[in-house]
Amino acid sequence: MKVGRRSFLSFIIGGAAGTAITPLPWKLMDDASIWSQNWPWTPVPPDGEYSYVNSVCTLCPGGCGISVRKVDDRVVKIEGMKGYPVNAGGICVLGLSGHQLLYSPTRVKSPLKRVGKRGEGKWEKISWDEAISEVAKKLSEIRSKGESHSVGSIVNADSGTIPNLFKRFLTAYGSPNFMTMPSMQDSYKMTLQLMQGVNAQAGFDAENADFILSFGSGIIDGWGSPVRMFKANSTWKANGKKVVQIEPRLSNTAAKSDKWIPIKPGTEAALALGLANVIITNSQHSQKISQSSGFESFKKLVQNEYSTDKVSQITGIDSASIVSLAKTFASASKPLAICGRGQGSTPGSLNEFMAVHALNALVGNINEQGGVWAVPEVDYIKWPEVNLDETATNGVQKERVDGAGSEYPHAKSLLNRLAEVVNSGDGSLEALFVTGANPLYSMPDSKAMKKAFDSIPFVVSFSSYMDETASNSDLILPNHVCLERYEDVPTTAGLQKNIIGLTRPVVKPQFSTKNVGDTIMLIAKALGGSIAEAFPWDSYEACLKETLGAKWDVLVENGFWSDSNSKTVSGEFNFYPKAMESLSNFSPVSLEGSTASYPLVLIPYDSIRLANGYIGDPPFVIKAVEDTVLNGKAACVEVNPKTGKELGLTEGRYASLHTPRGKAKVKVHLYEGIMPGIIALPRGLGHTAYDKYLAGKGCNFNELIGPAEDPVSGLDAAWGIRARLTKV
Amino acid sequence: MSTQDDKAKEVSADGAAGPIILFFILGLAASLVLGWVIFPKLLYSQKKQPIDFNHVLHVEAVDEGCESCHFFREDGSFSGVPKLAQCVECHGDVQGENPNEIKFVNDYVANGREVPWLVYARQPDCVFFSHAAHVKKAEMECSTCHEHIGESEHSRVYEENRITGYSRDIWGKNISGLKSNTWDRMKMDDCAECHATKEIKTDVETLPWPLNWAPLPYEKQTGNQASIKTVKEACFVCHK
Repeated sequence: MKVGRRSFLSFIIGGAAGTAITPLPWKLMDDASIWSQNWPWTPVPPDGEYSYVNSVCTLCPGGCGISVRKVDDRVVKIEGMKGYPVNAGGICVLGLSGHQLLYSPTRVKSPLKRVGKRGEGKWEKISWDEAISEVAKKLSEIRSKGESHSVGSIVNADSGTIPNLFKRFLTAYGSPNFMTMPSMQDSYKMTLQLMQGVNAQAGFDAENADFILSFGSGIIDGWGSPVRMFKANSTWKANGKKVVQIEPRLSNTAAKSDKWIPIKPGTEAALALGLANVIITNSQHSQKISQSSGFESFKKLVQNEYSTDKVSQITGIDSASIVSLAKTFASASKPLAICGRGQGSTPGSLNEFMAVHALNALVGNINEQGGVWAVPEVDYIKWPEVNLDETATNGVQKERVDGAGSEYPHAKSLLNRLAEVVNSGDGSLEALFVTGANPLYSMPDSKAMKKAFDSIPFVVSFSSYMDETASNSDLILPNHVCLERYEDVPTTAGLQKNIIGLTRPVVKPQFSTKNVGDTIMLIAKALGGSIAEAFPWDSYEACLKETLGAKWDVLVENGFWSDSNSKTVSGEFNFYPKAMESLSNFSPVSLEGSTASYPLVLIPYDSIRLANGYIGDPPFVIKAVEDTVLNGKAACVEVNPKTGKELGLTEGRYASLHTPRGKAKVKVHLYEGIMPGIIALPRGLGHTAYDKYLAGKGCNFNELIGPAEDPVSGLDAAWGIRARLTKV
Repeated sequence: MSTQDDKAKEVSADGAAGPIILFFILGLAASLVLGWVIFPKLLYSQKKQPIDFNHVLHVEAVDEGCESCHFFREDGSFSGVPKLAQCVECHGDVQGENPNEIKFVNDYVANGREVPWLVYARQPDCVFFSHAAHVKKAEMECSTCHEHIGESEHSRVYEENRITGYSRDIWGKNISGLKSNTWDRMKMDDCAECHATKEIKTDVETLPWPLNWAPLPYEKQTGNQASIKTVKEACFVCHK
């Protein structure tokens, strides 16, 4: 039998015919399609048991309750906690991205010791024992030289157990230099102290107000506790309550308000007093409050110095609008005036706060429903007095390096002055602790701050992330992130309720980190003597449990503790504290720079999509920033088309922005919503540290602006700076 | 006469047509053997479960039948194959003399290591499947999809598709794709068999699992006509 070509073809045809009636081709086709949907490099999150853990977010001062969804021991989603008294189930874009910070590549994974030059990024991993003894050794040296007062700390807040542990540590060690990151709460606190004689935070019963007059507060841009304010804003909208926004720029808040009144920036205090004048002249003020001390002087002040025409001239708002605004405000049944620009991350002018507070007092809403409440701090930290040894006794009596309490008697902390004091040689620090804060990024004139840091021989950062401050420190003792640790979160920004929230570990620590509370106690114990004795607790958790006492069980059960009776404190209202005298001749906080070299005025603006405090935007959030804010790698500067035309600048064009403090390359965004002659830059961009998602995008506003000391409070009152914008 | 016919006959006479047919048949036969016998053997690799599990023994020992180990969690999600933590409740120490149990306790319980069970019914990751909807709501029997696994005394061999990495149970034991029992196959067509015909029972308010992921067809129902047939927008009910 001859096997030829034909036989072979026949075999093939037979094979093909046969194959078609086997499952082979059909099954292969099916498998190939499934295979193509399951490439090995496609990430497939492992399945597991779903669970929720309730905690409190600490990414901003808002203090929202969160419900964290987990699959086995992995955080996959963060939601708002239902029933939490701050955010009632809501969450903001930063909060819901919190797990990206937990698993972020920019986390500091173990204690690090600098080996290269400062800021060079060369680190050596060291053990916790080594790290603690390194700090203790250095601090012992400083103390033995009798220089204990030259140690300072910068902490994110001044209430809660962590800040108090730092305060206690410094006291026992012998230093008065406990500094906190500034915010509008500092100004509000001081205002309440001066005008009501109380030591309390300002809380706003916003939900019950029916006419909201906002002096530049970004109600839906992150002011106060952001989610709570979003919700309040929605409630006002749903119930037909009115919001009037006074600011030079059409912010999101202004765009969503019932009326936007553009004002010459920096003249808000004059407007508030002008409104007060109209209210008093029309006898629309509360009769009860007119019995308060200083009322007559205040009346004289506003009538003589803040007549409608004059105020119109100062603020650029026409007289009729001022009169009608005053009338509507005073005739509302529950009017509320608020201030603190943008997110309230800078303290601002004390005069402005006092003027706005006086306006609230005139309409009788202090400690009333829908008004401003003086909320005392929840008094739960009752630790025994620290026994000071001789060094400590001497140390704590020394003057603070920032001049708070001495030069500025009302101030508790003036971090804005630190750079200037240190750089001018008027004061110095031998060692500095930084926790929960990133001053090298978020303080005005961050370059000067860096220079000041450079002259401090020993900087210890407790940051969880390799942020600007951590990367310019000598030693990093990383804290757990908030999803890994216990912490108490007392009443938050602008809240009128007395509550304490409990941040608790949602997952076990991912890296070799320690709760900063434990770290500070370990350092104290390593120093021994009376410093160690000041910390009788075995661990931070034990300290927290003991401090909270009976509240601990409630916190563990509910996630928060709240005082059933909302507490306010009241003192005698004083309309005209001495501090107000400077208002007899209104002059806005002066702007740095000459008009000739810098014809424009640069102001910052805040967005809920840009975190500008200790935490930088996680990848999810930076993705949400509009391209009119961040375009490619350039920040957009908002310019009025008129100003743009004068300068020959067109949309999307690069320009060079100069201020007396710095310069930056920006893109032009022509925007009708900004007043001519004024330009605006977003805050929260221009990080040099953190990961590739955030670093190198846009420019840091704080590099362009310098601080301006408020003459009364000493706090930073700067609201802008003169600037020049040129084509490149 | 006709030369062509003659030629054909000549070819035939040469015996050339015979081999052609023969080779056709050979080709046909070879491909049939390849497609029906060799291909399935090549396609699937044979794997043994890490522990030979006896369902019968366990069902006798527990109080609540299948649900003792395969239960619904509080949130309505299904626990599936038990985790080590559940097994440890009884098997903290070796209880008997069964070599499988000894191996289990020594290798896994003692080391706190999860047993890498090979899951016969594991669907591709792109598939959403809710046990609650099927078992609690539609009151389906476990055996409808998982056969009478509770009656098995040994773990059968796990056959893994070398191309897709999934279990042979998805396509079915029968390589032709035919089935005689509902549990023989777990492909989309098999889901569709029910979904094309069954009517939905109750409204969306009474669903026993969290509402926030209530699938679209349930929300789209109109009166009594509502069915669990997949409506046009409903791909994402089952597919991620």
